[in-house]
Amino acid sequence: MNRLTFKLEKRLAPSPVMVFIIPLISVLLALLLGGIFLVLTGEEPLTIYLLMFEDSLGSKYGLTETMVKAIPLMLTSLGVSLAFKMKLWNIGAEGQFYMGAMAATWLPLTYPSLPVYFMLPGMIMLGMIAGGLWALLTAIPRAIWKVNEIITTLMLNYVAILWVDFLVYGPWRDPDGSNFPITASFSEAARLPGLGDSRIHTGLFFALALAVILAVVFKYSRWGYSINVIGSSERAARYAGMSIKRNILLVMFLSGAISGLAGMAEVSGIIGKLQHGISPGYGYTAIIIAWLSKLNPVAILIVSVLFGALQVGGYAVQVEGVPAAVATMLQGSILFFVLGGEILTNYRVKLFGQKGEELSK
Amino acid sequence: MNQALIQLKGIVKTFPGVIANDHVDLDINPGEIHAILGENGSGKSTLMSVLAGLYKPDGGKILINGVEQRFRSPRDAIASGIGMVHQHFKLVEPFTVAENITLGEKGNSFFLSNKELKATISELGKKYGLEINLNAKVWQLSVGEKQRVEIVRMLYRGSKVLILDEPTAVLTPQEAGELFDNLRRMASVGCAVVLITHKLNEVEAIADRVTVLRQGKLAGVLERGQINAKEMVNMMVGRAVASKYDRDSSPVGGVVLELDKVNAFNDMGLPCLREMSLSVREGEILGLAGVSGNGQREMAEVIAGLRRVESGKVLLNNGNISNLSPRTIIDLGVAYVPEDRLGMGLVPELNALENLILKNYHQPEYSGRWLLKSKAVERNAETLVQQYQVKISSLRQPVKVLSGGNLQKLLLAREISSSPKLMVVIYPARGLDIGATEAVHKLLLELKTRKTAILLISEDLDEIFKLADRVGVVFDGQLTGDFPVEEADLEEVGLLMTGSRSTRERVKDDEPAHI
Repeated sequence: MNRLTFKLEKRLAPSPVMVFIIPLISVLLALLLGGIFLVLTGEEPLTIYLLMFEDSLGSKYGLTETMVKAIPLMLTSLGVSLAFKMKLWNIGAEGQFYMGAMAATWLPLTYPSLPVYFMLPGMIMLGMIAGGLWALLTAIPRAIWKVNEIITTLMLNYVAILWVDFLVYGPWRDPDGSNFPITASFSEAARLPGLGDSRIHTGLFFALALAVILAVVFKYSRWGYSINVIGSSERAARYAGMSIKRNILLVMFLSGAISGLAGMAEVSGIIGKLQHGISPGYGYTAIIIAWLSKLNPVAILIVSVLFGALQVGGYAVQVEGVPAAVATMLQGSILFFVLGGEILTNYRVKLFGQKGEELSK
Repeated sequence: MNQALIQLKGIVKTFPGVIANDHVDLDINPGEIHAILGENGSGKSTLMSVLAGLYKPDGGKILINGVEQRFRSPRDAIASGIGMVHQHFKLVEPFTVAENITLGEKGNSFFLSNKELKATISELGKKYGLEINLNAKVWQLSVGEKQRVEIVRMLYRGSKVLILDEPTAVLTPQEAGELFDNLRRMASVGCAVVLITHKLNEVEAIADRVTVLRQGKLAGVLERGQINAKEMVNMMVGRAVASKYDRDSSPVGGVVLELDKVNAFNDMGLPCLREMSLSVREGEILGLAGVSGNGQREMAEVIAGLRRVESGKVLLNNGNISNLSPRTIIDLGVAYVPEDRLGMGLVPELNALENLILKNYHQPEYSGRWLLKSKAVERNAETLVQQYQVKISSLRQPVKVLSGGNLQKLLLAREISSSPKLMVVIYPARGLDIGATEAVHKLLLELKTRKTAILLISEDLDEIFKLADRVGVVFDGQLTGDFPVEEADLEEVGLLMTGSRSTRERVKDDEPAHI
């Protein structure tokens, strides 16, 4: 038999070089794959990519818009990463985001004249509690009867979105809004201040602070240690005397609360009212981001900016008649290649020649 | 003497970081039962995998009837008449025995000729005394029967050399006896049988010749007449091993653990402990013998607070600890080495630093209100790893890469260092080699001198008789025997383990009939 063979050999430790290189190669491969698609649809991939880059990262306006998208992505990703750390698969960041936005909206709608020092803290509290409770709704059956949280969190997303729709099409609809599904605009006191006069709002600081807190919790804290143990082996955790039920409830609540905060920041910082379709799927993209970042809070911040840029770039090329779904496709391909490439961080490829001699070194 | 059927010369096989076989030679003659003996990690399974074509050697030669062969795959090895029966059977459970036997055969027509097959197999059966029901589905078979299917499969493919990897590990004593009879019959008609094992009594019972490996190297070959346990241990371990330990004979203290008519349910909700009562005293080892599945694991869990006590009481130093939380019980000084080292006792993905504080991470010694004291955690791990001689390349490596012996040492290090009042250990030496077993036993004996009460649950009567002060027998969730070790009789304990009544009682019962 005249052929080359290869085999995979497990590495003793994950290769640090590969950990760094693989995401880069994955992005390139994803662009290549997207490029093939663009060529097939009769577009010029380089032009499109260049346009996407320029409109998202290459101008002040683009950068601002990228950050505007990145903030909710950062927050929701941090939220789900906390649950993922304990192997609780919270797929419900989208719904928790909507519930947070909804609860936060209630305050300025009901008491529009509250002063800012009551209004904003109140909205933050309400947003977080609502997001947290929405998640807790799935955590309770999970803790008591082991009801699969993937299904329940996912399903509650649709319920949450419908609730918001019900309110903005119904009781909360702005009477002066020419029948659009929107609430009345918030008073100035209910708006998160922007950075200078840009659209980037102070929600960015929530994300930065939370990333630091989570990084410390994961790495150095007593509670983070127990989350880690429970996530790795529930039986070992029980054996060590850790309370699993209590941690499921707590972690799910906090995970939801962070996504709820993201929803609050979006309506308060960007839109200034509640409306139909406030999220283009931040809560779902968050799952990809958390995963690509390997649940590392600092990496989440960076990857969120990248994904924010992809989204903004995607909108930008629509002008050229290219579907914005290009961005979604690229997101998916990046995840695909990163997961596929992961094998190279844990295994090394050895090549063998025709006579079974080893070629690679 | 005839030329050897198979010769391995200077086999070298390396894996990343280890040399599994270092210039190993081996001769196998037709008609012999040849044992390959060695501790875990000595390279015996690797050597046999090389012979069976699973691994390609990095150096050395394989000669069959004096002709050099290169195996590219197990198929080549099978074509040369070498078949291997693995420890974990490679059978397709929903398929019938006949389908499994012919699976992967080339040259058969698409539809199996059942008649022909049955004829061939019944002929094989007659020749070797192996009877199997060809139409049974594999999942319906007992472990011993599955093993027989594997053997017949190899014979059906024309194997002249049969390699069995630790074949008795999964068998009951009766099944093992049957297997040995079959193997002898096979050898008597000219097959060569290669037995990979680390059990000395098996080698003594059945082997014509034994090749001993130690740390990947050939340690020696013994012929039938030369085979004796002491010599083999010396070769395996590289030094003499105590057949008896020095036991601290100072008197035992007050009762530490008492179970008073405890009832509990197993995971399926069926009663697994029935009115179980026993007690262990300070500085005493109670060895609890029993076939696993008779409530031992559940009893340990009840004591550790991991399983509900339905009725009855668990007392620790006369305080009722029934149904207290696991953490409370840990903090009261109960240590527990579970059967399942990796997954319960230790967290596979976490490193040694993290695993060594699993039970006391919340104590002020290792953490403040919020943060862990990383320096103290590190110092703790360094001290324990050194003190308990755990071989570990990095404290920051996930513990799942450690060998069974090192895992057990790590686990014992953590449990013993908490200076427990009561230690519950289940099957502490299961799967460990001689060296590691000895180390684990010595740790337990040392703990006894520190006045800890030890409940040792084991299936291994040797272990119990070597370590225990008192021997108890558990059967069907009840204590069916309790003797001081000096008065315990090996045979009687063995009988009680299988549910037979005490022989002494039977004699008593029989007496009136004569009067």
